[in-house]
Amino acid sequence: MSESGITLAALRKDLRLEWRSKDAINSMLFFSLLVVVIFSFAFNPTAEESRIIAGGLIWTAFLFAAVVALNQTWARELRNQVLDAYRVSPAPANALFLSKAIGNFVFVTVLEALMTPLFIVFYNLRALGPAYLLLVVSVLGTWALVVNGTFFAAISLRTRSREIMLPLLLFPISVPALMAMVEATRIILMGDGSPKFWIVLLGVYDVVFTTVCLTLFETVLNAE
Amino acid sequence: MNVSAAEKNSNPGAPVVVLSNLTKQFGRFAALRKVSAEFLPGRLYAVLGENGAGKSTMLRAIAGLAQPTDGQVRVLGSDRVRDVCHRLGYMAHPSLLYDEMSGLENLLYFAGLYGVHDRQRSVAAIERVGLDPELLRPVSQYSQGMRQRMSLARALVHDPELLLLDEPFSNVDVASAREMVQLLGKMRDGGKTIFVVTHQASLLAPVADEFVWMHAGTIEKRTSHLEPGVTQ
Repeated sequence: MSESGITLAALRKDLRLEWRSKDAINSMLFFSLLVVVIFSFAFNPTAEESRIIAGGLIWTAFLFAAVVALNQTWARELRNQVLDAYRVSPAPANALFLSKAIGNFVFVTVLEALMTPLFIVFYNLRALGPAYLLLVVSVLGTWALVVNGTFFAAISLRTRSREIMLPLLLFPISVPALMAMVEATRIILMGDGSPKFWIVLLGVYDVVFTTVCLTLFETVLNAE
Repeated sequence: MNVSAAEKNSNPGAPVVVLSNLTKQFGRFAALRKVSAEFLPGRLYAVLGENGAGKSTMLRAIAGLAQPTDGQVRVLGSDRVRDVCHRLGYMAHPSLLYDEMSGLENLLYFAGLYGVHDRQRSVAAIERVGLDPELLRPVSQYSQGMRQRMSLARALVHDPELLLLDEPFSNVDVASAREMVQLLGKMRDGGKTIFVVTHQASLLAPVADEFVWMHAGTIEKRTSHLEPGVTQ
């Protein structure tokens, strides 16, 4: 089977497992919901203030929620040591990585689709800039989070405190992407200039880190 | 993945597995100490020894799952196990199956990793180990014995030449274990090379060609029969 064929087969398997267990999506939803509700009551911001803080708030909530999904991704492969069955097969390591990254992208995108209307309602948000660009920021930003997250979750797989290790590894390296997402979102919401620089930065970040992760993943997978 | 007859039969009679001064350390603990051995094709090897003797580590090294600290592993004529991994099947003590999927779903997925897309081959592998391929229950609801058998089916589904089985009979009732032994015997007769790590040597006595005794990370002796009274 080609690499893309194996990627698709592994992705289908992950989606099926998540559909049956709902481990990741339920935890992510509850976490994000808590963030939305608690912060809206804590700050009770005006529409203007909301536009300023919403970018940071939304992306921080999605980043923390994504960590839940990222930890689940590899936890499944550890149960019954299923990962060894993949490692002894001739299937390429990168097919597994891509399937996990795309799977996480789907999970986080579903979360964003469900949570964004709530953010809009609770924070009384209305974009003064070109709103369609939020979609571009969302796609590039989500990929930035999941591609690194999937990689670092694999690195922390064999550590004893992997739930703690993943954020420790992931958050510092996600800072440039997070900054770009927050700034681009703020500029679009406030209609305050062009977010082009930040969107290009996100695109470059995605290309660089996707390449690095794909290059190094086989070594990570076979590390003992 | 299809292997040509020429590839399978290249240099027939040559050792299938050659271990040269194989050493594997975990920190300061040496699981394998300079193990050197050759294993011939078409034979069934029972690997015996107490817990911690290095049996599973040797199997993992042959499967390419454990990188040697020192020494070499040559499998099916290649120094890189990765190059021949499509010709070997591995069954570990854990089931290596997804609990949330049925047996057939598991097998279809793993067969796909080997380029085997014929559903009938997965069905046949399940039937071969005496399970019902139409069983829709997820693997989490299988008994331990059923899991072991399904795990064996997973290792067989791509028809490997070299089969590495780590404690395939643990938690399996005696009747089922004997059926599995018969199946392994038939596969050996069909030309497969089989390694079975087990604590139930007497079960394998009717079909094993050689007993490989391990102790403290070394191969202590190799015998063609079980000494009377050995129950391990």
